[in-house]
Amino acid sequence: MKWRDLLHNRRAVAGALLLAFFAIVAVFAPMIVPYSPTDINFTPLLTPSASHLLGTTANGQDILSQLIWGARASLFVGLVCATLISLVQLVLGVFAGYVGGLFDTVATAVTNVFLVLPSLPLLIILAAYLRGGSLFVLIGVITVTGWAWGAKVLRAQAIALRERPFVQAARATGESRVHIVMSHIVPNMLGIIVSNFFGAALFAILAEAGLEFIGLGNINDITWGTMLYWGQEGDAVLLGAWVWLLVPGLCLALLGTALGLLNFAVDEIANPRLRRF
Amino acid sequence: MERPAATVGRSPAVGTEIGERRSVRYLIRRFVALLVTLWVALTVNFALPRLMPGTPVETMFARYQGKVSPTAIHAMQLAFGLNTKTGELGQYFTYLGHVVSGNLGVSFSYFPASVSSLIGSALPWTLGLVGFATVLAFLLGTTLGMVAAWRRGTAGWRQASIVDSALVPFGLMLGALPSFWIALILLYFIAFKFGWFPIGGGLSPGHGLAGWSGFVDLIHHAALPAITLTFISMGLWILLMRNNMLTVLGEDYVKFARAKGLRDRVVAYHYAARNAILPVFAQLALALGIVVGGQVFIEIVFSYPGIGYLLLQAVENEDYPLMQGIFLIFTVALLLASFLADVLYVFLDPRIRMESHT
Repeated sequence: MKWRDLLHNRRAVAGALLLAFFAIVAVFAPMIVPYSPTDINFTPLLTPSASHLLGTTANGQDILSQLIWGARASLFVGLVCATLISLVQLVLGVFAGYVGGLFDTVATAVTNVFLVLPSLPLLIILAAYLRGGSLFVLIGVITVTGWAWGAKVLRAQAIALRERPFVQAARATGESRVHIVMSHIVPNMLGIIVSNFFGAALFAILAEAGLEFIGLGNINDITWGTMLYWGQEGDAVLLGAWVWLLVPGLCLALLGTALGLLNFAVDEIANPRLRRF
Repeated sequence: MERPAATVGRSPAVGTEIGERRSVRYLIRRFVALLVTLWVALTVNFALPRLMPGTPVETMFARYQGKVSPTAIHAMQLAFGLNTKTGELGQYFTYLGHVVSGNLGVSFSYFPASVSSLIGSALPWTLGLVGFATVLAFLLGTTLGMVAAWRRGTAGWRQASIVDSALVPFGLMLGALPSFWIALILLYFIAFKFGWFPIGGGLSPGHGLAGWSGFVDLIHHAALPAITLTFISMGLWILLMRNNMLTVLGEDYVKFARAKGLRDRVVAYHYAARNAILPVFAQLALALGIVVGGQVFIEIVFSYPGIGYLLLQAVENEDYPLMQGIFLIFTVALLLASFLADVLYVFLDPRIRMESHT
């Protein structure tokens, strides 16, 4: 896979630009927000106007400020979870697949167990047991439930690469197993690893928002998930405050689409059969 | 995700009898795998409350002390491994025995109802919704994916078709939509603003299931949740089918079929789609996981009286016996569904019957 190819892939460029937009908003949120996102002193349920571009919530908060601030939590959770999930997949998928033997047997068994457990109900129950969860509890729970599928895919790739001549040559020169995995196996399946990374980030962001929506996060954090939680609690549907419900979910959908585009495009570039026509 | 497409040229010399014996052996192996994973899931369910840090379960007992009969409390304390002199191993076997005989304990928030009776009355609602949405999403999604791939695959070298360029981001967007949010938006605009559908529940209050009007009422309530679920689970099928179909379109036998002048429609349906759809079908288990996830949120938003809504009640009331029972039933349902998909797959794909699995 060539990184140059990404620039020629319209889906990759669109996804990257969208992701970059949210990243900039998240990083500079303290400078962009018109008001403090925790300020509750505005008139409740204002419709969009010049002073409150997206109106206010039933609790008297500025929706635009909350929306901008919410980008931070989503991107943070996505980045941290995807990194942790990728690390677990690297050890239990790639490394296990390469070394084989007892370690691989155990890793495969664990992977198969996590594959059959329904991830969302498991997420909900774990989060319910660890109630009052901060963002870090959610990150832990999401990582535990979200790694299995990718590990299985990566393991298959690692096994396919194991007997290739250049890997055999590296083994013959006596390089250590960790070194062979990191400098010969991983670079040759980087496309799938990167594609998986974006897929994991997408899963994590949706899972975090979902758990917060049903009140299993810290409801005082300002995130897109808790905005929807308060919207639901505050009967936004019955009060006709549809902007309050619309914008956080729209941002989640756009950020999710950006990650989905990147996931798909990297996969497409790494797998030539999908584009060669 | 990718498998080698049809093994063209392999002579089907293997006798039908051997093929049948092989498929039986394959199914037995899948069934043993089902039993093993079921046992693992039961064990996880047993271990979960015991591994959790802090005292969530003890807090629950303190909360329900006095509201629930002392014998029920004692029975549940035994089930959760509190105030007992029995060793972990003894508890474990008692638990397995209970589950096998269908005893999932007593719900605390709905005391004195048993967990299995609560799940039993919620299950038909969920099964109806999931079954309908999964079939419809599969049909719509694979058709759209097939069309997208065909348009692209036949549009010439590196030339993207409009259909394909539009359908891929559309499929990705469907997969990225938060299910609870799309449910909220549809609830607001279609049910609340336009009043086309009821804003929640499974039946109108005071309405029975009897007769034609009961049936119409049922459909009226199920329509919006079912449409939402179909919508969000369609994306995966579009993308899987498109990618598989593109792979198959690159095969020599498809090129040959086109070269000898067969009509596009024949090549698309009889040559390409038939071979592309099997690996897609094999992803049913993965897709069901996604559908179940969406289902839980959609039931919550529409207050639909199925398992997902029951799970929310259990979570809000810290009713751990109910939560564990629901988790178990989700696991069993997914395992059974993927086993049935395996069985169906054997009938659909002759290669499984012919080839030995080593």
